Amino acid sequence: MEVSIQVPWQNILAITGPSGAGKTTLLKQIAGLMLPQSGKITFGSKTWLDSSAKKQLPVQQRNIGFVFQDYALFPHLTVRENLLFALPDSKDSDLADELLAATDLVQLASRKPFQLSGGQQQRVALARALVRKPDLLLLDEPLSALDFTMRKDLQDLLLQFHRRFQFTMIIVTHDVAEIFRMADKVAVMENGKMIQHGTPPEIYLNDAGDTNDLILYAEVLTSEIQNGEIRVRALVQGKIRELRLPVHFVQTLVPGTTFAFRYALNTAGVQIIDGNRPG
Amino acid sequence: MDWQPIWLTFRLATITSVILLGLAMPLAYWLAFGKFKGRGIIEAIIGMPLVLPPSVIGFYLLLAFSPSYWFGSWIESMFGLRLVFSFPGLVIASILYSLPFMVYPLRAGLQSLPASLREASYTLGKSKWETFYKILLPNCKPAILTAFVLTFAHTVGEFGVVLMIGGNIPGVTKVASVAIYNEVEALNYSAANLYAMVLFAITFVILLMVYSVNNRLLSVRQSS
Repeated sequence: MEVSIQVPWQNILAITGPSGAGKTTLLKQIAGLMLPQSGKITFGSKTWLDSSAKKQLPVQQRNIGFVFQDYALFPHLTVRENLLFALPDSKDSDLADELLAATDLVQLASRKPFQLSGGQQQRVALARALVRKPDLLLLDEPLSALDFTMRKDLQDLLLQFHRRFQFTMIIVTHDVAEIFRMADKVAVMENGKMIQHGTPPEIYLNDAGDTNDLILYAEVLTSEIQNGEIRVRALVQGKIRELRLPVHFVQTLVPGTTFAFRYALNTAGVQIIDGNRPG
Repeated sequence: MDWQPIWLTFRLATITSVILLGLAMPLAYWLAFGKFKGRGIIEAIIGMPLVLPPSVIGFYLLLAFSPSYWFGSWIESMFGLRLVFSFPGLVIASILYSLPFMVYPLRAGLQSLPASLREASYTLGKSKWETFYKILLPNCKPAILTAFVLTFAHTVGEFGVVLMIGGNIPGVTKVASVAIYNEVEALNYSAANLYAMVLFAITFVILLMVYSVNNRLLSVRQSS
């Protein structure tokens, strides 16, 4: 693994790349849940890890929030108890109740996690991570299992919390639309190395300065192969559109996925922008 | 019928299982998550009672506990405790003999929990110890129950080890399995049958209760 990156205070960094690229490993190393072979991690003025000085701050002292891919809610505790467990002092429950209200979970506060839908579980995981007022929020593909509308609602919620609590955020995601909506910078990883780093337009648009182009996001409704091309019915800007795309995108355009594409106004051409296949 | 052997059997099994539960939990945690060399040796030692004839274990414990050898004489001079042909000796022997029946299910239960549960607790600032007893243990109740019952049942069924180090002293070391053997030796089949029937019935009822509780615990979790 070879990564060197700086994230400005209170910025949002997206990490993307194919499966097995080391995104989750990197996130867990930042959190202190995994130990890199060697390296240095600093947060503000604090050193979290310096393998040359054999210094390592335990995960418990890093004041982070971590949202896991499988949510990792404690099955034996209710929604509210999951939040209270996270508090340094469980008597100080005002923020927990405030977050339950903000994530629309008050009605479900006494339910156990298995009685919740995926989106509800994700909101609990997010609220639980925020209840300690972390300086750094790490999210490991938090929204990948949710459908399009729920994903968008949670992105809004995340951005709202980010503005309010002012933490730095690192999010692992495959979703290009999500990267464009949320991230200040994006790091592309492959085989344990960071191969690209920049703002989303710098990474995903070959000529970012071209203002005649529109970047649009679409959710795939149906896709079928016809005459050597894919015909995709997709929801674009709230309307159903039919797009014709080269057949090699068939893997990425299954119903339910979102993708970003560039619509060139001068040539009326469509170009797909995708994390795994730039350009 | 003399109920004393039955009573003694269940007293021995209860004390053994309770002490073992306390001992085995840290051991199971250590085997499940610890990073250390020589794990194979530790695992082999814990697993020995599964494969060794009870008489072999009993024989070596007899030597160890005997006041003619250093360990037995040390225990006797240190604590004033004679372990051969005594109830405390039976408890210690049962603990060693039933160790894998407690440790293995507990370890399997701990390992079956998703790693993210532990990690989530750590990121929420909780220590390993707090994570263990507030998060991991409550989520492996079925494994704890299984381990406890297996240990209990295994101790009830103990014969070879008891005979070797406990002998046959009524009210002290004469447990039900030994009593059955005695009655059969004396061709007193009806008394042997009574003991056997009582053991059979009580053991069946305990297992039945445990598995019903266990199924309920599991079905609650899987009904999502």
